Amino acid sequence: MAHFSDAKPFSEQWLDERLAVKTLKRVLSQEYWIPKNINFLWAMGMILAVTFGLLLISGIFLLMYYKPDVNLAFDSVNYTIMQEVGYGWLFRHIHGVAASVVFLIIYIHMFTGIYYGSYKKGREMIWISGMLLFVTFSAEAFSGYMLPWGQMSYWAGMVITNLFSLGGLELNGLVEWIRGDYVPGDAFLSRFFMLHVLLMPLIIIGVIVLHFGTLRIPHVNNQEGEEIDFDVEAEKYLSGDTKNAKIIRFQWDFLAKDFMVMAFFLTFFFYLVFYHFDFAMDPVNFDPADGLKTPPHIYPEWYFLWSYEILRPFSKNIGLMAFGFAQVIFMLLPFLDRSPNAKPAHTRGLFKVWFWALLVDMIVLSIMGKVPPEGVFNTIGLVAALTFIGLWIALPFITMAEKKA
Amino acid sequence: MRELKILAIVIFFTLVTYWGVEPYAHSQMHKHVESDNFEYKDLKEVEKGDVAKGKDLVMSNCTACHAIKVANMPAPMDPVTSGSSYGVNPPDLSNMGAILDPKYLAAFIADPATASNVAHKFTPESGRSHPMPGYNWMPKEDIAAMVAYLQSIAPKEITPKEVYVSACGRCHAARYDGKVLGQKWTQIGQKPRFKYEKDSLAFDIKLLEYEDSLKKYMGKLPPDLSIIIRARDEHFLKTFIENPQTQLPGTAMPRVGLSEEGFEKVMQHLEDIGDPSKPTRDSLGVYFLIYMVIFTIFAVLWKKSVWRKLH
Repeated sequence: MAHFSDAKPFSEQWLDERLAVKTLKRVLSQEYWIPKNINFLWAMGMILAVTFGLLLISGIFLLMYYKPDVNLAFDSVNYTIMQEVGYGWLFRHIHGVAASVVFLIIYIHMFTGIYYGSYKKGREMIWISGMLLFVTFSAEAFSGYMLPWGQMSYWAGMVITNLFSLGGLELNGLVEWIRGDYVPGDAFLSRFFMLHVLLMPLIIIGVIVLHFGTLRIPHVNNQEGEEIDFDVEAEKYLSGDTKNAKIIRFQWDFLAKDFMVMAFFLTFFFYLVFYHFDFAMDPVNFDPADGLKTPPHIYPEWYFLWSYEILRPFSKNIGLMAFGFAQVIFMLLPFLDRSPNAKPAHTRGLFKVWFWALLVDMIVLSIMGKVPPEGVFNTIGLVAALTFIGLWIALPFITMAEKKA
Repeated sequence: MRELKILAIVIFFTLVTYWGVEPYAHSQMHKHVESDNFEYKDLKEVEKGDVAKGKDLVMSNCTACHAIKVANMPAPMDPVTSGSSYGVNPPDLSNMGAILDPKYLAAFIADPATASNVAHKFTPESGRSHPMPGYNWMPKEDIAAMVAYLQSIAPKEITPKEVYVSACGRCHAARYDGKVLGQKWTQIGQKPRFKYEKDSLAFDIKLLEYEDSLKKYMGKLPPDLSIIIRARDEHFLKTFIENPQTQLPGTAMPRVGLSEEGFEKVMQHLEDIGDPSKPTRDSLGVYFLIYMVIFTIFAVLWKKSVWRKLH
């Protein structure tokens, strides 16, 4: 057995002997080095953590009153929570707006990673665990959207679970198995309730821990993609030459900046919560679910629109394949980018064009995914979907041609 | 500065996406309908009528079906019996003179189906006729006199809920309208708080009977309007109430002929029952934002103090 001194219970030494708190503190915060040459985009990770916290806390309050039953769900949300419970409306608005805004930040976070090459050699696991978070957040968002049991909950649930019939394979039995019924009903609702409040959050919390863990060894990237010798720089910092050291401490150097960006973000966030929430709380979902009345326009929340539009312009089977392609392709980015340069896109020639083309294309897809599929919108949507696929096919060739910097 | 440039790019793409998926996409999904601000330009002006004559005409022509509580005329039948006779319970006329446009009121008395834009439901082939007979045969002055009388008896102060009850509430329930558990607005009136379950069930049976008549008359049960204020925007509700046919061609919902003031009261009531947190939301938001601005100032100062040693 290890040696234990007579230190006072719960004193630092006492805790250190039992839990190695000094080592933990050093490794996880004091000497967890972050490059100094970063901009506010490096704070998105912490903003995501804070937004997830807001979702969790507001979600706990909503869970106290929500009833997962097709006869009670709608009124438990729109009457009990919105009208009877003190400030229930505030918690619902925070939850609804945060669920939408979290995806805005995820996309900014993702495109930051793509732009600065933060998924390249050594950092592949950061990217892959991040994309796992994107997938699990998507499942969390979708299952949560079912819960108010409004018109869009019902019909989005119908459309998305229908995808599991896998087009021409006609696996209708699988769809029924997932729904627990021929159409979305009580079993469907309580299953998605379980996914939303237990299984998905558990997985998400696990993957968040993994995502943090993947950062520790390769360290965070910096604005110029510069390779930093962390041992040399750490020595500089610790000897007091903090001005010339290329690195900063995680706590509080890096966190102070995160905190500042978070303050700006939360100001914007609460403006949305109080005064501009319709984009996140679609009016259509304030009509109760009605299986006999299909809404004239069915569309997902804005953050799923681009992949929805990759599904829509094609025939059933091809559309599903394109959709499947769009779901997995981001995961493979570290292996499709063949260039050895972990540099920001503006120094990487054709890759710069590829980056902006992808961003613009995904915005076009998102807009086309919402407008009615008629006339010129169909053509634009089809071209944008083909462009998306083309861009990813071109990526290995573009990056192979890139010279080593 | 580089960070501001990056921020400008992030904001630009965020706003383009927002514009595309919200205002632009919605403008493509819903056709635009112009409001005519409750002017009812298709209807003729009404001359000033003789109140005393109007009173006699109303008493002899209307009270066989309609209640007029302000003139001590009770309803000839209860709502359920009325519903089974006419499809819908005829309204109490007490405040019609105040909440409806006078031009509309005159046109409705003369020809109800045409004035309310539902003549398509009552074609000769359908074998159905509007439950209220038209008074086209009357001289214009007589109709004007009835309008003048109805205007003269209408109370000066009418609450938003009273307007809802008169204009919407005989077809549209509002289950969130009731401050005590179990109370709610139904098409046959406010459901009271019953001491015994069997009385409550007896009320529900009556309500179901009424709703069956209503379904037969309207084609389907008109929707509960509890949170319609969150489900439709103000412009939609305004143009739809003004003339349902513009937003939903062929709908069974009649144009009800509300005056602009009547419409505003209906909207007020819909907000009261469907979005009662709005006043708190609007005022509390200001405090939240003031707090966040102060918080941000301190966060900036703290960052500066920590980073002083780093630059």
